[in-house]
Amino acid sequence: MSYKIEIEGLNAWFGKKHVLKDISMKIQENVVTAVIGPSGCGKTTLIRCLNRMHETVLGARVSGKVLVDKEDIYGRNVDPVTIRRKIGMIFQKPNPFPMMSIYDNVAAGLKLNGMKDKRKLDEIVEKSLKMAELFDEVKDDLNKSGASLSGGQQQRLCIARALAVEPEVVLMDEPCSALDPTATAKIEMLIRMLSKDYTVIIVTHNMQQAARVSDFTAFLYLGELIEYGRTKDIFENPKSEMTEKYITGEFG
Amino acid sequence: MNNYIYRKIKNRLMISLSYLALIIALVPLVSIIIEVVSRGLPAINFSFLFEEIPPLGQAGGGIGPAIQGTVIVVGIASLIGVPIGVVSGIYLAEFRETKLALLARFLHDVSSNMPSIVIGIFCWALLVTAIGWSVIAGAVALAIMMIPVVTRTTEESMKLVPTTIREAAIALGIPQWKTTITVVLSSAKKGIATGILLAVARISGETAPLLLTILGSRFWFGGVTEPTAALPLTIFNFSQSPYAAIDWPRAWGASMILILMILGINVIVRYFTREKYG
Amino acid sequence: MRKRFPEFLSNLISKTRIISGKKTATLRIRLSGDYFFKVITAAVAFNVFIILGFMVYKIIEKSALSLQTYGLGFLLGTTWQPFPPDPSRSPVFGALPVIWGTLVTSAIALLLGVPISLGIGLALSEFAPKRFTYAVSFLVELLAAIPSVIYGLWGIFILIPFLQNSVYPFLQATLGFLPMFQGTIRGPSVLTGGIVLAIMIIPTVSAISRDVFAAVPNNQREAIVALGATRWERAKVVVSYGRSGVMGAIILGLGRAVGETMAITMVIGNQFNMFTSLFDPGYTMASIIANEFTEASSPPVYISALMEIGLVLLVFAIVINVLARLIIWRSLKIVRGAEMT
Repeated sequence: MSYKIEIEGLNAWFGKKHVLKDISMKIQENVVTAVIGPSGCGKTTLIRCLNRMHETVLGARVSGKVLVDKEDIYGRNVDPVTIRRKIGMIFQKPNPFPMMSIYDNVAAGLKLNGMKDKRKLDEIVEKSLKMAELFDEVKDDLNKSGASLSGGQQQRLCIARALAVEPEVVLMDEPCSALDPTATAKIEMLIRMLSKDYTVIIVTHNMQQAARVSDFTAFLYLGELIEYGRTKDIFENPKSEMTEKYITGEFG
Repeated sequence: MNNYIYRKIKNRLMISLSYLALIIALVPLVSIIIEVVSRGLPAINFSFLFEEIPPLGQAGGGIGPAIQGTVIVVGIASLIGVPIGVVSGIYLAEFRETKLALLARFLHDVSSNMPSIVIGIFCWALLVTAIGWSVIAGAVALAIMMIPVVTRTTEESMKLVPTTIREAAIALGIPQWKTTITVVLSSAKKGIATGILLAVARISGETAPLLLTILGSRFWFGGVTEPTAALPLTIFNFSQSPYAAIDWPRAWGASMILILMILGINVIVRYFTREKYG
Repeated sequence: MRKRFPEFLSNLISKTRIISGKKTATLRIRLSGDYFFKVITAAVAFNVFIILGFMVYKIIEKSALSLQTYGLGFLLGTTWQPFPPDPSRSPVFGALPVIWGTLVTSAIALLLGVPISLGIGLALSEFAPKRFTYAVSFLVELLAAIPSVIYGLWGIFILIPFLQNSVYPFLQATLGFLPMFQGTIRGPSVLTGGIVLAIMIIPTVSAISRDVFAAVPNNQREAIVALGATRWERAKVVVSYGRSGVMGAIILGLGRAVGETMAITMVIGNQFNMFTSLFDPGYTMASIIANEFTEASSPPVYISALMEIGLVLLVFAIVINVLARLIIWRSLKIVRGAEMT
């Protein structure tokens, strides 16, 4: 079996604080992998290391290897800019560009990469909005400001924006935590659909969500990978006592 | 791949241009300081600071009256401008939602960018026509320039005081107005003092309004209803003199004194507000 | 405790609070300290209305003679003759050349100063390592503290020789086909004035720009970086988000340029003409007032004409500042409002 992402001995620091301790795991292609754990366990840091966003913070440091399609994204001459096109990210709080229209938001990544052909842009914008299940709701006025939408719509806009540049991996950092239940349900449905074409990794503090949405689950605690396996196995038959305690709600 | 390389090059280029802009801006600063010091320092000696201003082209003498004049005019301006500015700032901070406050704040912003020469002609029209070229007219002009600045910095400083401090005082039974005057004001006093000092530094360097009010003079201070000398005016006069060898170094010397005063205040203020940035 | 108030204080009583004692029948009438405090501070804050109002009134009053004598033609006239050679003729005043001078020098100041200011703003907020930004920002702001007259002094003795000998000949050699770079090269000239003004507006525009950029929420930066943006591309998003603040900063810079007096008087050559080349000497509204006001004791219409120029300058300044405030205020609403969802 070839894995999409292979993490080997990943360590991360914020200044002196050691937030990720020697993480190693192999993530399959075209599945949804959930990362769960109590607050402060390092799950957000983990996925931010996968698209090299962690190092953009002052004082942050990383060591170890992350192989995507067998190539180390932390290799010597690798430019983070190229990585981030391949590995997209959705943030906890939706962050569309308010000074741009819905159309321009989705096209933002495409324009970065030099695409100027209006017809091609139209095509990809429409396709991305459809993939994000947003097209029908906004198709009448794509020129409205990106921030004029509801929270759930904004998050789907961000998903469309991320999908437009045709990434292979989609990272999601608690994408539903700022949304109401209806919007959350829509996004969860979207996540399951996306996994057909993309490798999805989602961080969530909501265990029920992890159980609903993911194929594989990783449980982190205090920066260490405690357990990782098929979601079914983790939730029904956890191997580690700590995993069981977390899942049954004893802490976190 | 072509596009990627193009983006990388553009990135390098634009960042370099930004740094270049920074350097371009600092060149005049460095040049001015170097020139003022190298040309001004030789001209300064004891008599330069304390003797009367000679006529253009005549050797000897100094710029004593100019220093004195600046101190007096700025001093009187501050006596007028600081109380008015601080009290206005208190009002804007404490009653900030009233219609008067909103309108006043708007007008303060507008007037803080008023050309100094316009303020000069206003004070000429108001005071010089009545009492002649005088220190008072100049002080009022500078005060008018000072008030919006002091108002704004006072307001900002008071707004920074956390509401918890106010609430604690009121919970102790101290009336609102007393709370403001004693507790809030003293918490904000550092910011307010900073604002005042910076405003003083700014008006010390103003020439245009003084040109049309105190007129300038070569002699020591002779009364508030008389014209008087001031550093910026003296610098200007010497710079326009045809007697290069004698008068131009004096212009530089006077500039050095003026810059020392102003930059001195700025550096001191900056040093004391350093903690804020951590 | 009961206090007695004379008749003429009765209106104050209506503002006092009347508190009834629980067990006694006496009324306690207390003067509200808060009320007095509000009234007094409000009265002082009112000063800005009085000062601005008086300013407009007095300047119009003193311009009245000139307004009556020359009417609207004053703004279009190009002659400035306080003392006509033929004593039987009356003085002629026209302001177009100084308005022209103010406009051209301000335009040059913006053309040169704004790109540099934006570059500085970006360098300080986006590109430079954090430990340098405080010290460097301080240095740039020191530029703002230097008095205008010292800029002028430096302009006369250092900038002009440099420009006249090294820069202007080069400009004329390369761009001389354009009419604005033709003619005799003079040190004290319109271009020099514009350059000095550009230097003087840089601290203001760059400091505001830097603050505007620093205030852009970090989630915007993360959004574009996650799509694979270079540092410059990220900076473009920051500028786009903050563009209303930048517009406001530019207009404030324009306000400073228009009102600047001493530095420009000392380097622009002070010649009343409708110049066509940037190398010609020129005149601005502020300069002509500064130069001629103290000598303009007679005829009375002379001072009035200068006053009228002051009035035009006042109107310019007010319009520019009101515009700046409105733009900043309005666009802040749009972006902030969007953030509220």
